[in-house]
Amino acid sequence: MSVTTPNGFNLDDSGRRVVVDPVTRIEGHLRIEVNVDNDNVIRNAVSTGTMWRGLELILRGRDPRDAWAFTQRICGVCTGTHALTSVRAVEDALGIQIPENANSIRNIMQLTLQVHDHLVHFYHLHALDWVDVVSALKADPKATSELAQSISNWPLSSPGYFRDLQGRLKKFVESGQLGPFKNAYWGHPAYKLPPEANLMAVAHYLEALDFQREIVKIHTIYGGKNPHPNWLVGGAPCSINLDGTGAVGAVNMERMNLVSSIIDRCIEFTEQVYIPDLLAIASFYKGWLHGGGLSSTNVMSYGDIPEHANDYSAGNLLLPRGAIINGNLAEVHEVDLRDAEQVQEYVTHSWYKYADESRGLHPWDGVTEPNFELGPKAKGSKKHIENLDEGAKYSWLKAPRWRGHAMEVGPLSRYIIGYAQGNPEFKEPVEAVLRHLDVPVTALFSTLGRTAARGLECQWAAHKLKYFQQKLMANVKAGDSSTANTEKWEPSSWPRDVKGVGFTEAPRGALAHWVHIKDTKIANYQCVVPTTWNGSPRDPAGNIGAFEASLMDTPMADPHQPLEILRTIHSFDPCLACSTHVMSEDGAEMAEIRVR
Amino acid sequence: MIDESSDVLILGIGNLLWADEGFGVRAVEELHRRYRFPPGVVLMDGGTQGLYLVQYVHGARRMLVFDAIDYGEPPGTLKLVRDDAVPRFMGVKKMSLHQTGFQEVIAAAQLLGRIPEQMALVGVQAEELDDWGGSLRPSIRACIEPAIERGLAVLAEWGIQAELRDEPLPEGAGLLRHDLDIAGYERRA
Repeated sequence: MSVTTPNGFNLDDSGRRVVVDPVTRIEGHLRIEVNVDNDNVIRNAVSTGTMWRGLELILRGRDPRDAWAFTQRICGVCTGTHALTSVRAVEDALGIQIPENANSIRNIMQLTLQVHDHLVHFYHLHALDWVDVVSALKADPKATSELAQSISNWPLSSPGYFRDLQGRLKKFVESGQLGPFKNAYWGHPAYKLPPEANLMAVAHYLEALDFQREIVKIHTIYGGKNPHPNWLVGGAPCSINLDGTGAVGAVNMERMNLVSSIIDRCIEFTEQVYIPDLLAIASFYKGWLHGGGLSSTNVMSYGDIPEHANDYSAGNLLLPRGAIINGNLAEVHEVDLRDAEQVQEYVTHSWYKYADESRGLHPWDGVTEPNFELGPKAKGSKKHIENLDEGAKYSWLKAPRWRGHAMEVGPLSRYIIGYAQGNPEFKEPVEAVLRHLDVPVTALFSTLGRTAARGLECQWAAHKLKYFQQKLMANVKAGDSSTANTEKWEPSSWPRDVKGVGFTEAPRGALAHWVHIKDTKIANYQCVVPTTWNGSPRDPAGNIGAFEASLMDTPMADPHQPLEILRTIHSFDPCLACSTHVMSEDGAEMAEIRVR
Repeated sequence: MIDESSDVLILGIGNLLWADEGFGVRAVEELHRRYRFPPGVVLMDGGTQGLYLVQYVHGARRMLVFDAIDYGEPPGTLKLVRDDAVPRFMGVKKMSLHQTGFQEVIAAAQLLGRIPEQMALVGVQAEELDDWGGSLRPSIRACIEPAIERGLAVLAEWGIQAELRDEPLPEGAGLLRHDLDIAGYERRA
């Protein structure tokens, strides 16, 4: 049967059904079902996520000053950004102002997360969708060296370096412990890179693995520890004493200098390794411009990285805020998270219950009551679902909508909005990439565009890190060492019944927490996370979500080896990202694939 | 920690918010509450950090991991696995619940050039994993004590003597703070 959704996609579920079901319990569990036509082109797509059940039951009755620590545990990859969102929500509710230094430190923490997450995502989660590791064994080290030197001045590029690396890789592969390189579709026809580009990318995979551990030291210094750095309602949890000798607790000059040097290396690595790799890889794939989905029509960003403390208006945010709908780049709509008519969550196709499911609920009024039932067309049992029925409830993710529209969030959305606003910090790098690859602006609306925007943002974030580190240093040297405001620390100073909202731009997209504090305790707490926006199921009007839309009309070389699906879903950097390079129960395959 | 190296890394992994999945972290929390260790021994709440733990694994001379596992045994069954078997064990059918993360972490440390000389995993068969926001089931909580004993025995073999604290650390002063310590976590509104 063929239907056209209100957001413009023609769904046809008459062809063969392909199920891709990665199995994991870490950050949740994502399953994709698609129908392909006789030419193996995707004509219907169904995204279902599990394990997201809201935090209100855990947080209700707790001290709002502890909420960040709990939200940090929701997920293994966005810990810090949840914590930041949480302290902002609580400060918003209680009317707490933070010092300038705390704002700078928080921006540094958040930008560090962006750089770290984007780099690890590109090299360790996503690159293997474009790079054939086994093909790298066939590369000529000398030709690899020539390739590397033609695209970058990065010093690790001699023939000997690539020869040694190839030897290590060979030994590793022959030991049978492929580890992270196991269970991929090596040799798949959708891989387009020559062996030399593959070898270069594998070398940088290892270099990035080594370098990423330096980046997180910034979290250790300003957050006091790692993993799970500390956060504080009212400011930053560290004190600064430039004359200190390194006593426990205070950040001294030596530590500040260490941060500065790591930031310089972030800029260097991003500009000499990440961006050149991205452009080189993209040049081989610029004919593969599938995966655009909602990006050409509906994108949204809440904005982040306040220039000055305590001002969350769009004009003060260095990452853009706004919403674009129906592909009209000439108009960027203001997004107001307090407006009950704007962000709403629907559950008609989600395993939850509302009194009236034809309507969406604003998160301050949010309800999370599970209701797990399969539709009449589903196959299998609740314990072992063979096929979902997307006509009924089919996901543990709710369906968030902005004024009723399904939206895509993430780096590409931020860049499109920045571009549409004419902000040169976003527009110019985008135009440079388009020129370099010799592709039109519409090429941006693709899987590759999503991947490219993430790389550009990594570079942007590395430079902004430097900016805020210098700002912090200058402010401290000028005599202001304040990092926290404890005026309203005591609950006795709080209003009796208040609501607040905090937002950030997580590496993978717009994130907000809504909190209701009553009699000094949490009365309700709702998070709407980026992967809920992107991975959302259908809504009552029938609009499909961003993951679903991105898969539409993509041709697959072989439905038994769904590399194209993984490539596009990974380009969103879903929280479930680590769940998509996994083994099925028999340990044999990357994912359970069934074709009917 | 800025210094990523350790003589012995004692690592608890799992998600505290997911009932018995929190076992590994709870076991290390309790170990830390009751015992003091010589310099060079690092106790870490690894949560579900996955690949982000690679530098600590890479930097450890020896490593003792506590984790919840699911291999179809009766709930509360304890397993002690060593050395080469640790990644292998974690890679076989539904063994550790964090196999995908952690098995890759060990492989990634190997790619960086080093894994711990000696490794041990104390795993407990979980009972309940689908209770989001729940805490350890009583049967699994009861395993903390024997799991700690097994862990201490492994450490003793490695020449590490843990010293019993005069008094266990008070609530909220240990490895987990901000109401995430087990007493705070279980004190529901």
